[in-house]
Amino acid sequence: MSMSIVFLLFCIALLVLGGVAFALSRAKATRVRASGMTMHAQPDQYAWFAVLATAGPALLVSALGAFALLLMGAEIPVLYLLTASLIIAVIGLAMGLSQVRPAFHARRAIEGVIRKLLAAAALISILTTLGILLSIINEALRFFQMQSFWDFVTGTTWNPGASFLSSAGRAEGGSAAQFGSIPLFAGTFMITLIAMLVAIPFGLGAAIYMVEFAPLYVRKTAKPVIEVLAGIPTVVYGVFAALTVAPLVVDIAGLFGLDASYSNALAPGLVMGIMIIPFISSLSDDVINSVPNSLREGALALGITKSEMVRNVVVPAAAPGIISASLLAVSRAMGETMIVVMAAGMRPNLTANPLEDMTTVTVSIVAALTGDQEFESAQTLSAFALGLVLFIVTLTLNVVSVFMIRRFREKYRVNNL
Amino acid sequence: MSQSFEEISAQLKKRHRRSARMKWMTLGALILSAAFLVVFISDMVVRGWPAFQQAQIQVEVSYDEQSQKLPLAAVDEDVRPLISRGFFRPLPRKMEDNPALMDTTQTQWVIADSRVDQYLKGNEDRLRPADKETLENLVEEGRADLKFNTTFFTTGDSKMPEMAGIASAAIGTVMTMLVTMAVCFPIGVMTAVYLEEFAPDNKLTQIIEININNLAAVPSILFGLLGLAVYISFFGVPRSSPLVGGLTLALMTLPVIIISTRAALRSVPDSIRHAAFGVGCSRWQVVRDHVLPVSLPGILTGSIIGLAQAMGETAPLIIVGMVAFIPDASLSITGASTVMPAQIFTWASEPNSAFAEKTAGGILVLLAVLIFLNALAVWLRNKFERRW
Amino acid sequence: MNDTTLQNFQTQQDSSTASEEAVRHYSDAPTPDKGQPVTRNESVEENLSVRVRDLSLWYGEHQALNDISIDIFANTVTALIGPSGCGKSTFLRCLNRMNDLISSVRIKGLVEMDGHDVNARGMDEVALRRRVGMVFQKPNPFPKSIYENVAYAPRMHDMVSRKTDQDELVERALRDAGLWNEVKDKLHEPGTSLSGGQQQRLCIARAIAVQPDIILMDEPTSALDPISTATIEDLMDKLKKDFTIVTVTHNMQQAARVADYTAFFHLGDMIEYNATKQMFANPHTKKAEDYITGRYG
Ligand SMILES: Nc1ncnc2c1ncn2[C@@H]1O[C@H](COP(=O)(O)OP(=O)(O)OP(=O)(O)O)[C@@H](O)[C@H]1O
Ligand SMILES: [Mg+2]
Repeated sequence: MSMSIVFLLFCIALLVLGGVAFALSRAKATRVRASGMTMHAQPDQYAWFAVLATAGPALLVSALGAFALLLMGAEIPVLYLLTASLIIAVIGLAMGLSQVRPAFHARRAIEGVIRKLLAAAALISILTTLGILLSIINEALRFFQMQSFWDFVTGTTWNPGASFLSSAGRAEGGSAAQFGSIPLFAGTFMITLIAMLVAIPFGLGAAIYMVEFAPLYVRKTAKPVIEVLAGIPTVVYGVFAALTVAPLVVDIAGLFGLDASYSNALAPGLVMGIMIIPFISSLSDDVINSVPNSLREGALALGITKSEMVRNVVVPAAAPGIISASLLAVSRAMGETMIVVMAAGMRPNLTANPLEDMTTVTVSIVAALTGDQEFESAQTLSAFALGLVLFIVTLTLNVVSVFMIRRFREKYRVNNL
Repeated sequence: MSQSFEEISAQLKKRHRRSARMKWMTLGALILSAAFLVVFISDMVVRGWPAFQQAQIQVEVSYDEQSQKLPLAAVDEDVRPLISRGFFRPLPRKMEDNPALMDTTQTQWVIADSRVDQYLKGNEDRLRPADKETLENLVEEGRADLKFNTTFFTTGDSKMPEMAGIASAAIGTVMTMLVTMAVCFPIGVMTAVYLEEFAPDNKLTQIIEININNLAAVPSILFGLLGLAVYISFFGVPRSSPLVGGLTLALMTLPVIIISTRAALRSVPDSIRHAAFGVGCSRWQVVRDHVLPVSLPGILTGSIIGLAQAMGETAPLIIVGMVAFIPDASLSITGASTVMPAQIFTWASEPNSAFAEKTAGGILVLLAVLIFLNALAVWLRNKFERRW
Repeated sequence: MNDTTLQNFQTQQDSSTASEEAVRHYSDAPTPDKGQPVTRNESVEENLSVRVRDLSLWYGEHQALNDISIDIFANTVTALIGPSGCGKSTFLRCLNRMNDLISSVRIKGLVEMDGHDVNARGMDEVALRRRVGMVFQKPNPFPKSIYENVAYAPRMHDMVSRKTDQDELVERALRDAGLWNEVKDKLHEPGTSLSGGQQQRLCIARAIAVQPDIILMDEPTSALDPISTATIEDLMDKLKKDFTIVTVTHNMQQAARVADYTAFFHLGDMIEYNATKQMFANPHTKKAEDYITGRYG
């Protein structure tokens, strides 16, 4: 409570100092100007410069101090820190005031600061990526210190809970935890494959119809609807998969005398495919739409029918873009979490039968991190090892996709993709 | 000599048939995709609609000494099992707060147990035969009925399905989104302005650009790992709090905002910039006074879309612990809290089937909010879209 | 509808200035019952290839063609000239119904080929386009190999059954287009890897490979350098042995060099249509004269 009052006081003090800086330097600049001297900047600009000089260094110091306090565990009393900042603010104010002289380019100085601020903001995206990479790599390395990398890559048994079970006295024969990731990737692969088998034909077909055959009004209504559908949260699809599609798959399989699990891989795969249809169709729509009309006319002028033209000229021309869209979709399907968490199984299972339950990489990440495990345990850290692989795979897919779309763009000099 | 029209047309018959087939097939793809989505949405509506209704029973509640000690005694023994325990629990408190109630008997509509609710909705029958008979009588007398479910919109999560509501999750969502937007809107716009208006065309700029595009394609769950490793275990931000959730989502939304803001800035024609430079404005003045104002609608549209995306995101929040059981909303950004999609997830994993309708009801609320946001974005775009 | 247009046409017989036999401008265009048109290039045996009567075209509300009537003769080169936006491309695209692709277009009047009204309900535009090929202003080779660019359409039309036939057809088309020697060693490289002039000749080869009756060319040389232009002009001269060529050009010299007949368009009207020599030596209308002599346009 007292702490927040101190902070409040600090902020008020800083604001007051800023106001003082503004008023004083503005008055001074106006005076100088009134005395007939030509100045390099407007009084307001001198005033803003003084405000920056007052608040900037002070905030910087307090932020650095806070950082040191929190992270390095340095023992700086907060009160001292804030007082020091205020003193620096006063010094800054004096400096700012002294700079109110005709020869000083206040505007240029302000803009320099603004520019640096903007650049700093731009660096945050880099920091984020680095943050993802470093944090994941760091934890993954700790995991690989505990578990063999080779077993992780080639092992076919994923049983991270064994350590937990043995401590609960339920393990049979004292089996150790095993971290062979192949079944997880097999599950991810299977579900992604099912999703793509649904999404690519339907998404591409819908896009082709919309660009090549649809009357204008169909196109005009369907496009925004598809955009909205692309914004439906994945948890909603997850509920659909678990509550509606999975039982349906079991029933239908039953009709054929097949035995399907309620957490079969087919249901999440199908629903994920449905989720990705709008994604593929709107990307392909853009790509197909930007195939130059001259190619279409060239084909039609040879007495080629419209579908032949679409199949043999337009689609091949758009192929790099379509492939690129599909790669992005694959990357999306692999990283998709909620649908599989809700509808796919938890049991690592190396099988080719989509009616059985299978688990995926993302499910295992969630499972590893939602138990009541301590952070340092191998089970928790295994999530980061899986995350690292997921990151590398999706990044690769994305880079390849960007490369292909760039080729497409260069070929037809399309700039809106 | 070439062929006549008749000959060619005859040859073309087969090809035209094939051509028509392709047209119908692609139309079929569009229609089937639309049908999937119609099935999907109507499934949600059919499942979720009942969540907005709740069985209530009209009973005589006697507020007296005895019910103060033993709340169950407040109503008749017959109907007791039909009424939600969520009604009884706060009774003593209510009497304390309002002494005027003491020693009165009031006829009230009170919230029924979820088994009654499910029975009246025709879903499942888990009532004991005696209770069922009582209920049938009540229904006949018009003293038991399905009414609009205000509880759903005013309470937080509960172990009793009839008492569970979306309110605390909604508040959590608002808090989280405030954090998210407070962080990613300024940073996103500043980054975009820097890249579009100031950045020199050098290697670093290119790296930043590529990086932003890649960031947009990183699976959301990895942002959860980042939040866990960096915010929670390194910086010690409290788990399950809107602060950590918001910061995590902010990083995820950042590329969306940057990309859309850049597009908005780029659509401002250079002629405007040149004109402003021509009258002696500095680069920053040009951006502040001329470029940003005209591109503001575009920036807002992009931000709303980013916001909607963040609002529906669940996976990273699971990782940072935002799927918590939160009966009462906290208005602190460091307190434990949950968000709407996470609440939906929690309900979906409840074995009790009465929660299934809560799940779908929550989905309808979430979808309504998202559709509103998206429609707002589309409206903004159409209203302010300029053709230069 | 066509009958009425024809009748309209006949009642519209206008005799105002039409005394000169040499002139075939709109108002006294030849009528069906007049049989042979008045001017014949006596040295060449000419047959009627396309007959256009009272052709009007609207893009939405905007009328781009105004009662055009013209006869196009087989195995000749006909040039369409006129200032930009006067409807030359629009007219050209009427001949193979390319305007069908634009939804706002409305057409009235007769375009008759081989005894058929090409705009008739029963006419299959795909069949029409097989007989009326087109070369565009900007070369637009398919993103396929050079070989495939040429072989694709004939294969679709079942014109070739065996691989050797196909090779032969590709070679002949490329030879006729004067491109064979330049590409015979790289037939399987992408068509887009050629130079602009070569690409345009590839497009011509592609068009003649399906053996149409008529080839429409919309400013085929406007995107090309003078040497490629000269090559293509020579080509047109050679091709007219087998094909009827209708070309649009902005280049008066080109029209004078390659065309047997020239039609002058202005603001959607066809002002004058005549044998090229006469048109350039002795234009009958003031507008055509001004345009040809470069006084406007
Ligand atoms: N797709 C279209 N939609 C609407 N109007 C069009 C379309 N294409 C052409 N026009 C209009 O029709 C008229 C004739 O155009 P056309 O392209 O036939 O002219 P042109 O004689 O070929 O000109 P240029 O020599 O510049 O190629 C012009 O006024 C043009 O604006
Ligand atoms: Mg033209």
